Amino acid sequence: MQNTHTDFETQFERKIDAEEKIEPKDWMPEAYRKNLVRQISQHAHSEVIGMQPEGNWLTRAPSLKRKCILLAKIQDEGGHGLYLYSAAETLGVTREELVEALHEGRAKYASIFNYPAVTWADIGAIGWLVDGAAIVNQISLQRTSYGPYARAMVRICKEESFHQRQGYEIMVKLAEGNAAQKAMAQDAMERWWWPSLMMFGPHDAESAHSAQSMLWKIKRQSNDNLRQKFVDQTVPQAEAIGLTIPDKDLKWNEARGHYDFGDIDWDEFNRVVSGNGPCNRQRLQHHVKAHEDGAWVRDAMSAYAARQQPNA
Amino acid sequence: MSKTKPMPLFEVFVRSRRGLDHIHVGSLHAHDAEQALEYARDSYIRRGEGASLWVVESKHITASQESDAASFYDPMDDKPYRHATYYTLPDAVDNM
Repeated sequence: MQNTHTDFETQFERKIDAEEKIEPKDWMPEAYRKNLVRQISQHAHSEVIGMQPEGNWLTRAPSLKRKCILLAKIQDEGGHGLYLYSAAETLGVTREELVEALHEGRAKYASIFNYPAVTWADIGAIGWLVDGAAIVNQISLQRTSYGPYARAMVRICKEESFHQRQGYEIMVKLAEGNAAQKAMAQDAMERWWWPSLMMFGPHDAESAHSAQSMLWKIKRQSNDNLRQKFVDQTVPQAEAIGLTIPDKDLKWNEARGHYDFGDIDWDEFNRVVSGNGPCNRQRLQHHVKAHEDGAWVRDAMSAYAARQQPNA
Repeated sequence: MSKTKPMPLFEVFVRSRRGLDHIHVGSLHAHDAEQALEYARDSYIRRGEGASLWVVESKHITASQESDAASFYDPMDDKPYRHATYYTLPDAVDNM
């Protein structure tokens, strides 16, 4: 019997309702596919661009041990980019198209990486707060409805907890240190706290893609719920090492069973998202340059592969 | 942007220890199988996840279509006598 378009749509919705995963060869609405390509590629670009603020400290890490750890972490981020690009490619886009969209500014990456890592404590804050916020989001995405994306998330979450702990340990050591070291940790906390909260995106009511993504189970929890979860888990961690969170409205709310916290500076959020954060141009220029500088390697590998197969 | 030909796609399989099956873990681009193996080592077994790696170019995999299930798989479902539970045992024999 001939399947009609409506049959396909019904089958798709039945799978979503039954918590079955959608797999690459399955029929899916064009808008679902587009939404996934946008979200997964943005996620992949974030992993790769995220290597830059940390790479800034590779040659200046305070010890060989810290340098080795940071190198391993940055290598993981590159790997995470690979898992996510591969997941996006199962939707019928090529890696070249995705990179081109990034270079031409049609694809975004997480705005947080447009902030500079100016002190060693920033490496601690990035691991603890930025990766911590990313984990909250990614744990929820392990249940996303698209199979390849969900599997990439499982793999990434396994590796990500090392990132958060290494960052927190840097902060612990600085907080145990002398007055200058403590001040450095507190300063990083103050600069990274609000951008970390911004990582969860706009309030649910103002989020452009949220409602449809929740219906399709691409997103499993709302921006505001995930942000609350992050605040609740992070406050005790800051208190434990004597760091102060820069929010005068932060207070435990017994009735809600959650922390209340102040509102994000949405002007800053919009400014950075629209390309005018501290490092937006630098990040993109560096990515373009690295890609172009690597062209001769790709050309050489391609030429070598062609010579190995004279009949091809 | 470079005019280099896009690299073919490879699927990666990892055997986590001897005695277990190789399991599909993901895919990557490489110019040839040897390079794919090195990339797979760097990407998928950084924490001792595997004792053995397989890579195969994705185009060499032929996949069944889930949408063809009716004609492709159904004949298997009408032979319940293939399952042990199809057969009843006398009460005196409670396990076999």
